[in-house]
Amino acid sequence: MNLILYLSDLILPFAVFYIVAAGLLAGRPVYDDFVNGAKEGFKTVLGVMPTLIGLMAGVAVLRASGFLTFLAAFLARFISEQLVMPELISVILVKLFSSSAATGLALDIFREYGTDSRLGMAVSLMLSCTETIFYTMSVYYMSVKVKKTRYTLPGALAATAAGVVMSLVLAARM
Amino acid sequence: MLNLLWGAMIVIGVIWGSLHGTLGAVTEGVLGGARDAVSLCVTMLGILSFWSGILEIGERAGLLEKFSRALRPLIRFLFPGIPKGHPAEQAISTNVIANMLGLGWAATPAGLKAMEQLDTLNEKKGVATNAMCTFLILNMSSLQLIPINMIAYRSQYGSVAPAAIVMPALLATTVSTIVGILAAKAFERTWP
Repeated sequence: MNLILYLSDLILPFAVFYIVAAGLLAGRPVYDDFVNGAKEGFKTVLGVMPTLIGLMAGVAVLRASGFLTFLAAFLARFISEQLVMPELISVILVKLFSSSAATGLALDIFREYGTDSRLGMAVSLMLSCTETIFYTMSVYYMSVKVKKTRYTLPGALAATAAGVVMSLVLAARM
Repeated sequence: MLNLLWGAMIVIGVIWGSLHGTLGAVTEGVLGGARDAVSLCVTMLGILSFWSGILEIGERAGLLEKFSRALRPLIRFLFPGIPKGHPAEQAISTNVIANMLGLGWAATPAGLKAMEQLDTLNEKKGVATNAMCTFLILNMSSLQLIPINMIAYRSQYGSVAPAAIVMPALLATTVSTIVGILAAKAFERTWP
């Protein structure tokens, strides 16, 4: 696990180094390119801000009313707490439909339990290795008017399940 | 989808709060949640702007094309039904690379183009082909190599090591992608 943490620290600086070096070697005006890209990133964040405000306020309402605690306790009756922490189940289910709503729930977990707790780690990994299956499928298939999606959903759910299991296993070891 | 989800969140929260006498806390929750969202966006403005700047350098330096060329052999293995040199190949590899780098804006257009190209090879319109299923499973198995958003969230919420998830997330993503590919290959033979 130590090696994994060590490599984690290396990847980001290395990626930045590699990309900037590639830009320099290609004779690009790297700083101009950087600023252009950063402007886009800036706009993207400003664009998602209203969404985040809405969702975080929404999750806060659910949390403050006591409903989230009830939901977790309710889910815990069906699933062994040793296996999956009940808080994670709602995140997984929501993530299948909406990435930003799942982020709202994840941030709530960060605030309640901390980012580096086992729960915080598990949810960080889980959201990093899963996609919004139902949303993606409907956008892509609608674009070519496909109605019969055959084995797309079972295949995607298998991949998601594998990601969730891996996240739980890895979070337990960190 | 989100309309329903968000609407339900607010309605359930307020009804639940009034039944359990927690409406005061709900008010505080709304204000706190909205404030938290803004301070989170301030952190994200820094991290995500920096990262998109770096990615722009990479794209201008031709890394996107370079990587998608390197990916071709794998695409040939995954999609045996696509004739060699068909435009679908190019669109799929651009989509996959853009997803790996977390370039959402480059991934979706290329992905939709790939679907369109795959549909030209479709003999039964309205029914997904094997290639379409495999492509979407691959796409939805999550390909992003560096989860930069999650690193930003973690840093905002006081993580001592926001980037500690990079390697484990890469491992988890790799496993989910492999499982997705295996599932696609297995279904390809057996599904009617």
